[in-house]
Amino acid sequence: MSDKARDGEYDDLLDAIEDGDGYYLTCENGHGWLPPRRVCPDCRSRKLTETPFPESGEVATYTTVSVATPQFSADTPYTTAIVDCGPVRVTGLLRGVDPEGVEVGMPVGIEVAERETTGDRAIVFRPR
Amino acid sequence: MSHPRVTGVGLTPFGEHSERTGRDLFAAAGLAALDDSGVDPDDVEALFYGNFMGELAEHQGHQAPLMAEAVGLDVPATRFEAACASSGAAVREAVRHLRSGEADVILVGGAERMTNIGTAGATDALSIAADDLYEIRAGMTFPGAYALMARAYFREFGGTREDLAHVAVKNHDHALPNEYAQLRSEITVEDVLDAPMVAEPLGLYDACPITDGASAAVLTSAEYAAGHDLDAPVAVTGTGQGGDRMALHDRDHLARSPAATKAAEEAYADAGVSPDDVDVAEVHDCFTIAEVLAVESLGLYEKGEGVTAAREGETHATGEMPVNLSGGLKAKGHPVGATGVAQIASIAKALNGDSSWSDNIGDARVGVAHNAGGTVASATVHVLEVLE
Repeated sequence: MSDKARDGEYDDLLDAIEDGDGYYLTCENGHGWLPPRRVCPDCRSRKLTETPFPESGEVATYTTVSVATPQFSADTPYTTAIVDCGPVRVTGLLRGVDPEGVEVGMPVGIEVAERETTGDRAIVFRPR
Repeated sequence: MSHPRVTGVGLTPFGEHSERTGRDLFAAAGLAALDDSGVDPDDVEALFYGNFMGELAEHQGHQAPLMAEAVGLDVPATRFEAACASSGAAVREAVRHLRSGEADVILVGGAERMTNIGTAGATDALSIAADDLYEIRAGMTFPGAYALMARAYFREFGGTREDLAHVAVKNHDHALPNEYAQLRSEITVEDVLDAPMVAEPLGLYDACPITDGASAAVLTSAEYAAGHDLDAPVAVTGTGQGGDRMALHDRDHLARSPAATKAAEEAYADAGVSPDDVDVAEVHDCFTIAEVLAVESLGLYEKGEGVTAAREGETHATGEMPVNLSGGLKAKGHPVGATGVAQIASIAKALNGDSSWSDNIGDARVGVAHNAGGTVASATVHVLEVLE
């Protein structure tokens, strides 16, 4: 890890996922978001509560990236996916499955792991 | 309403000019636009300038006054940044100023220097149009984001990589006679399908190139154009802008671009035209799938039907709905901050009968320019018409 300042609620969320207590924010109308949020951008509710992630989500779409930024050079090729986790969608690295084996709809769980190039933490999904 | 006129346009050749500074690129385009317009430079009242990655590519912020100086103007100058829609946003503000009577002559334009930082550096710089915390840190690149949208589109509406390949082939064909275009080479569907993957399902030939270049246009009030006997029949008659949530995963749809739909509806209503009236379009095809999303958001095609338009030949210059006669971002090139005004220049040429494809498009009267930022969290649409 670098010694740069933490990114507030983002790093808090990654800590929580690492501890098995990952959460997202929901308003009283059921819209889901990742922190930090002070207001629901859908209905403008300011009453947001932490809600545990479900045991698993489903891959909504994915891509295997072959041309990456320098911060991902040693990770390449890697798969990035958007995953439906109930009322919230999350983007993360998909690990533990060959790119050819990925399917839309496959169940995955949310974790935190290190990126190979920089050692920085990232949201990672693995098949469940 | 009095519609602002496009009195002159100027471009640099788009391509690899890695040793040319941003200020030199913009000076060339800006002076060309002033010369083309016949406007006295002393009459220019402001510069509205688009640029995206100047801090990363040239370690240069605060670019607008630098660019005004480069074209010899001592005027208030403001930079607009909306990722790849930066100069589309600049055009919109210029149109609104001219309509309100705040100004009579505005130079709009944009510039981007990209190839000097290499492919990896440009990939990095482009990626920051996405959400840093929740997208970039999960490996999202600009091609990767559109790849996610392409797969979602295929799943929701159907379509294949081969359908998208026809978009690339068509836009390369359009660029062949365009002396300002970066990629003037004929390609085949097989070339596209066999190219190395960038972000599956998008390959190298599904992507626009990395480009250095600049664009500029002199916009004036209708009254100024009439009062100075300027031959400027092309007017901006409609302007629209839409926004959306920054991260793709926070959107209502992964396979649509609602910000562009909103921008188009606003621009059409503003101009009093409908999609059926459009004769020619320049759309933001940073990737082949992006042209599909664009023609659907513009209402030129129903949702899910845009993907076969190029394959059927409909969006070729010889088809019924020509799209990207310039070659589009795909073949003309995409110097990010310059693209929005370059689209305006292309439409103005088409409506003036000065396009390389003018023999094919006859007396086109209505054109639209669609400029999108990021994964379309920003979009501007402008309607241009021939007014005598």
